[in-house]
Amino acid sequence: MTVKAAPRLRGKDLVGIDPLSPGEIQLILDTAEQMRDIAQRPIKKVPALRGKTVVNLFMEASTRTRFSFEVAEKRLSADSLNFSASASSVSKGETLLDTALNLEAMQPDFIVLRHQYAGAPHQLARILKSSVINAGDGAHEHPTQALLDALTIRLKRQTLEGQVVAIVGDLQHSRVVRSNILLLSRMGAKVRVAGPPSLIPVGMDAMGCEVYRRMEEAIAGADVVMMLRIQLERQGRMNFPTVREYYDFYALTPERLKLAKKDCLVMHPGPMNRGVEIDSRVADGPQSVILEQVTNGVAVRMAVLYLLAGGNGEPAAD
Amino acid sequence: MSRLLIKHGRVVDPTQRLDEGLSVLIVDGKVARLAERIEDKDAQVIDATGLVVAPGFIDVHVHLREPGFEYKETIATGVAAAVAGGFTAVCCMPNTQPPNDSAAVTEFIRARAAEAGLARVYPVGAVSKGLEGEELAEVGEMVRAGAVAFSDDGRPVHNAYLMRRVLEYTQLFDVPVVDHCEDPTLVAKGVMHEGAVATRLGLRGIPAAAEEVMVARDVVLAELTGGRVHIAHLSTRGALDRVREGKARGAAVTCEVTPHHLALTDQAVADTSFDTDTKMNPPLRSPEHVEALIQGVLDGTVDCLATDHAPHHADEKALEYDLAPFGVVGLETAVPVTYDLLVRKHKLPLRLFVALWSSNPARLFKLPGGSLKVGSPADVTLLDLNARATVNPDRFRSLSRNTPFAGQRLKGWPGATVVGGKVVWRRERK
Amino acid sequence: MHRVQVLDARGVARVLERMAAELVEQVGDEKLLYLVGVQTRGVPLARRLAKLVAAATGHEPPVGALDITLYRDDVGPWRAAHQQPLLRDTDLPVAVDEKVVCLVDDVLYTGRTVRAALDTLMDYGRPKAIRLAVLVDRGHRELPIAADFVGRVVPTSRTEDVQVRVKESDGEEGVWIAKEVAG
Repeated sequence: MTVKAAPRLRGKDLVGIDPLSPGEIQLILDTAEQMRDIAQRPIKKVPALRGKTVVNLFMEASTRTRFSFEVAEKRLSADSLNFSASASSVSKGETLLDTALNLEAMQPDFIVLRHQYAGAPHQLARILKSSVINAGDGAHEHPTQALLDALTIRLKRQTLEGQVVAIVGDLQHSRVVRSNILLLSRMGAKVRVAGPPSLIPVGMDAMGCEVYRRMEEAIAGADVVMMLRIQLERQGRMNFPTVREYYDFYALTPERLKLAKKDCLVMHPGPMNRGVEIDSRVADGPQSVILEQVTNGVAVRMAVLYLLAGGNGEPAAD
Repeated sequence: MSRLLIKHGRVVDPTQRLDEGLSVLIVDGKVARLAERIEDKDAQVIDATGLVVAPGFIDVHVHLREPGFEYKETIATGVAAAVAGGFTAVCCMPNTQPPNDSAAVTEFIRARAAEAGLARVYPVGAVSKGLEGEELAEVGEMVRAGAVAFSDDGRPVHNAYLMRRVLEYTQLFDVPVVDHCEDPTLVAKGVMHEGAVATRLGLRGIPAAAEEVMVARDVVLAELTGGRVHIAHLSTRGALDRVREGKARGAAVTCEVTPHHLALTDQAVADTSFDTDTKMNPPLRSPEHVEALIQGVLDGTVDCLATDHAPHHADEKALEYDLAPFGVVGLETAVPVTYDLLVRKHKLPLRLFVALWSSNPARLFKLPGGSLKVGSPADVTLLDLNARATVNPDRFRSLSRNTPFAGQRLKGWPGATVVGGKVVWRRERK
Repeated sequence: MHRVQVLDARGVARVLERMAAELVEQVGDEKLLYLVGVQTRGVPLARRLAKLVAAATGHEPPVGALDITLYRDDVGPWRAAHQQPLLRDTDLPVAVDEKVVCLVDDVLYTGRTVRAALDTLMDYGRPKAIRLAVLVDRGHRELPIAADFVGRVVPTSRTEDVQVRVKESDGEEGVWIAKEVAG
């Protein structure tokens, strides 16, 4: 049995959805579907990334995304090392670049980076030989989140093509919405975004979506509704007044959900602010696929690691 | 007696409406004679065949960083960069440490420049003490020490009352106030132009309105007071329109535009994948603003060009885009970038190009030079318009390398620079 | 490319009949038998063997499919960068524990695929025994692996390629030896 050259990812890194072609996105989703099965096995582990080292460089706090990456790494038999900003030299003033170069001196194969500033993964990817995976850079992108969201929709609906997806929340500060607009529009879905006008970034429609100020208009007849987490602490109260007002106008309540299609999927990247952007009855209701998103997150991250892995040799004969 | 003869060049001097093949004789640091053929056995000769001979170029907006930030640039390296870029004089901004808000610092800067003996340096003094925007600085004392204009550059003069008073007070000395126009509250921690590119990159944007509201304010205050305001590094269509309107109503408002704001758009941030050499303030703007600026240069609304040369150490620029300091160097790329864009591409007549870099800034800031009339100081810029070269930051005379033009192949470079009759720089012939 | 046919469709059918008979004879209790085809061509072959066993014994053994890509020994440092092979389905409808699993593949060559298949299978459970049935054994083993049931031994050189084609996926049926011809 000889192995044909399979379609592959072009670069050594995954810094965002923006550089990916629809073919590459399809490849990641197809691979992720296969990876899902591993979680069903008695031994939830395959040796595919045995001997590979992954550094989880989380300069911004995150338990769930990091945990999800860790599970993915371990299921592929990779060695994962965790590096968090507060517990480290960064608090002594070491720059990102120096931190990364020091880590690279220990030859990791992958660096999974979450950072509060946009462009950090791109800057590292230029300089490091390791494969850099973006786990969230400021308000810019969160590619594995968009991929797991897409996989969740695809598993339920068999295709992304033609799906009407509404994304609601603080659009200005959300990397999740940016990655999702790029991915979904590239794969033929129709994206509608909505949020308070003071939190709508200039020219967002140019990314491939329709922009609404009222969430009711965005949700009407939608196949999927994705709610974003609102973080009022970040606003400084000049962009939006209070939680109460946010709930009144922008929360996904059972009443508002009725405006969407009958079997509309309810999604949320997590962690949820129950009673702020999403009512518990909806979050825990029959249309919610929020927990499946988490499961699919591990599969997508396994797929990305698998597809970016590789050495320098020729494939062996069978 | 020192004598220099620049032979057979194409003399382009807007102040004399000259554009012809002439030789220029310089005696004791002054232009002595212009004629088709000059012979002088005692003079050092420069063969300017094929070169343009223009009044020395003047960059009215540079940051020399000394005193206080010598790791980025010193006055000595700054003036070396200036002459290598074809500039015979520069005006340096006061945001040093200590800031230039006193005669003492003004004198220090002039003394350092004299020691270096390359480009002339005309300091711009601070409007407010410590650049804090609260109290008027000692304008008169600084004028006596050699200051030619006043600015809090780096920052706007945010307080309108202070701006009004400094526009009134400076009339005693007939010097302009140069304003870095932005409303800091609208800037709101932005790091690039607010628009579709910033949205796609997830970076906070600086709206064009932040500049426009301040320019509008300054035009109104110039009309109110009769004072002279010069808008630094103007970058937006709206601000240009406000300047046009102000001039039409007789206000003494002028403006400058930088080479990078003419040559690049905000797309550069995306194309270079967050390269911090695309980060400066005001930021690179979207195409509609850039087109308006080019139009403004071609129709004469823009009074002069200036680089806003802002050196930063490589370590500082190697930070995340949000954290890196604003600014790019410009002295050593200004001439080829603007010649290539304005003259070659947009067919700006050569004499207007020369005016934008020499006679206009000299006139606006009342500086000696900007002309090759007999009796003028012998500050001359020779241009080799056929030279082609690639921008190589490693060969800059500046201490810093933060340029967005690295690797660009451009045509039209400085050939030699003469200050006070002395050849202070020549392009190496290969 | 120049190819020579060594087995035609009728030949393949006869060979599979013989293999099924050997299988039935060796296994003893056919209710323990579980045919697991190695992706991709082992799978249709396993299905055919299952039907043949059913015809002989009246009992059709379960059939599964096994994708061994994640267990290959050339995934990782020995593979050209970023050229991971495509993953295919693994479908084991019945648990492997206590079964006599017979792996089915089209060609046995270096033995590395079978080694990967053994490791993959072991992570699914603990079979009572594992046997190996291959349509073609072309020699050149690099690991100490041997097939229990062999359709045809076809000696080849390393520059040749053995092509097994099955009508289920390839449109044609048979076994060929192929060689790149220069020019």
